[in-house]
Amino acid sequence: MQPKSGISKITAIVTIIIVIGAVIVGAYYLLIPKSTTITLIGAGATFPQPLISKWISEYNKQNTSVVINYQGVGSGGGIQQIKGKLVDFAGTDAPVKDEEMNPGEYLVHIPETMGAVVVAYNMPGLTGTLKLDGETIAGIYLGNITKWNDPKIAALNPELSLPDQDIFAAHRSDGSGTTYIFTDYLSAVSDEWANEVGKGKSVDWPVGVGAQGNPGVAGLVSQNPYSIGYMEIAYADLNNIPYAWIWNEFSEVFIKPTLESVSKAAEGFLEEMEEDVRISIVNSPDPDAYPIASFTYILLYEEQNVYGVNADFEKSKALLNFIWWAVHEGQDYSEDLLYAELPPEVVEICEDLLRSITYNGQPIITG
Amino acid sequence: MSMFPHTFLFGKIKPKRARKSLIGDSVFKNLTAIFALSVLVLALAIFYELYSRSQLSINEFGLDFLTGVEWDPVDQIFGALPFIYGTVTSSIIALIIAVPISLGIATYLSELAPKRLRSPLSFMVELLAAVPSVVYGLWGLFVMVPWIRDVLQPFLESTLGFLPFFQGPKFGIGMLSGGVILAIMIIPTISAVSREVMLAVPDTQREAAFALGATRWETIKTAVLRYAATGIFGAIMLGLGRALGETMAVIMVIGNRPQISLSFFEPAYTMSGVIASEYIEATQDLYLSSLIEIGLLLFIVTLMMNIIARLLVWRTMRKFRGAKE
Repeated sequence: MQPKSGISKITAIVTIIIVIGAVIVGAYYLLIPKSTTITLIGAGATFPQPLISKWISEYNKQNTSVVINYQGVGSGGGIQQIKGKLVDFAGTDAPVKDEEMNPGEYLVHIPETMGAVVVAYNMPGLTGTLKLDGETIAGIYLGNITKWNDPKIAALNPELSLPDQDIFAAHRSDGSGTTYIFTDYLSAVSDEWANEVGKGKSVDWPVGVGAQGNPGVAGLVSQNPYSIGYMEIAYADLNNIPYAWIWNEFSEVFIKPTLESVSKAAEGFLEEMEEDVRISIVNSPDPDAYPIASFTYILLYEEQNVYGVNADFEKSKALLNFIWWAVHEGQDYSEDLLYAELPPEVVEICEDLLRSITYNGQPIITG
Repeated sequence: MSMFPHTFLFGKIKPKRARKSLIGDSVFKNLTAIFALSVLVLALAIFYELYSRSQLSINEFGLDFLTGVEWDPVDQIFGALPFIYGTVTSSIIALIIAVPISLGIATYLSELAPKRLRSPLSFMVELLAAVPSVVYGLWGLFVMVPWIRDVLQPFLESTLGFLPFFQGPKFGIGMLSGGVILAIMIIPTISAVSREVMLAVPDTQREAAFALGATRWETIKTAVLRYAATGIFGAIMLGLGRALGETMAVIMVIGNRPQISLSFFEPAYTMSGVIASEYIEATQDLYLSSLIEIGLLLFIVTLMMNIIARLLVWRTMRKFRGAKE
């Protein structure tokens, strides 16, 4: 009798599993709408990832038939993946030059949001906010300025009593768009920096200590008294690390880094952007602009029918609709996530760029 | 035969059984051989892939890559020496700290500790080996580095400051912190393996030493440590292998500056560190190729270390087997 009841127990369990399975499969076919879903895949920069993720979830609520994936693998990885036709769009902090693209397959750059790099510091007992200009920051990172009470820093901060302490300069050790923006700014304002170091996602730092990622630099600065480090504005805000006001050499005032003053940086370059959006917007001539700012871009093929057998007009259309939404309605989500909104003039430029994208030579977005 | 019919019966069955197990044996043998070979194939494939993908930088820099001290992604000049120096020096610092402590732990656990303490303590040591390295790194950055900056570095400077190793800026972050965190991470490995090797020393060795009138310390020194020496050396090599390849924890405390400085207070950079840091955002072909060549160098160094360690452990084990017989 024992073995028999054992077998019937097994039979019962198997039956229950089959019934549950049948119910799930049945429900799946009954409840999931028959309409075909379109899947879009993107990869690239990690800096805009929180914003893009927010866009994806919000957009999916309104357009349930479009499923979008974005993998934050880094700008370099994103560029490689779109060049290999593995993704529908890529995110990058540094623009792609013409000669770095596949021949005959132009990549349109859509500026989707703006980032700013702040110069954060840790100075115990300091009353007031530190103020710096480009020459001085370059001097610190070149190793020419080694003490906090250096006359050059003191001249910019007459109201502060600066300590006679060594400056501990922290930078990113990993390749990053943040480093690109920062070194781009230093190259723009200091000839010595441009000649000796230059700009790039990783550079040969003359002095200082490297840390991994924004959290690493934020950790080093908050840990070490008398330190200085650059990071995304959001990281300094979230970690309550004070950051310096930066000299705008055109209006000759110190500018506090805010989302508004970062947005202003783009407005100083509108004419150049009409020509090509792949420009650097550091050291903006706009009088209210914070000078260490940059666009981050979405890359799309200008001619969408380059994906061979995977090319699909409906898919390209869905892709453009999503990006269109992102530069319009999507901008409303910027502020909560500490990104700077695109100025309306830049949104217009984005519209023109999106209209220029074609499928078999025919524009996809009309009107 | 007719007197024992069952032997005839067995005689009939036996060959059948043997044939069956022969087929099973050969299938099993070949299957495991394929599994074992796949490891070798995998290692060769990794080596080939690293070698072929670093061709660009091998052709561009040649042997200068090994001696170059500049690492400038902007001007596309790449030299690996600061990274080789950082990896080797931080590992040596780690060994200098970890070996005496680990041998102390192993000796206590295998020879001196009371019986009821041995298993819980050994278990704790092995547990430490399982902590993820990023946890060590975070602990290092937030707890160890401030301690090194405020306590250890001032102490070293005031006592050993006449040596070039203990001069320079005291930021905490640097080669010294990298070496200390590695030491903490390899102590469990070295002490656990050393303890096993010392336990494998036959008791006849100890009894003989005691019989000759040796004290406990003399017994440990002459009968146990000397007997287990090659095995302990193998354990140290395993620890060194881990130190050479460790990435995350070191990145977080070593300062990541490609420079060669005698001072242990100065920041440094390791081979695995630069690959992990710069690979994902590297776009130019030569840059990527140079990073892969660093991977190739690291692969060669670790492979050699592991081969040496295996050989040593194998030799020790053979010696014990010989002694038991």
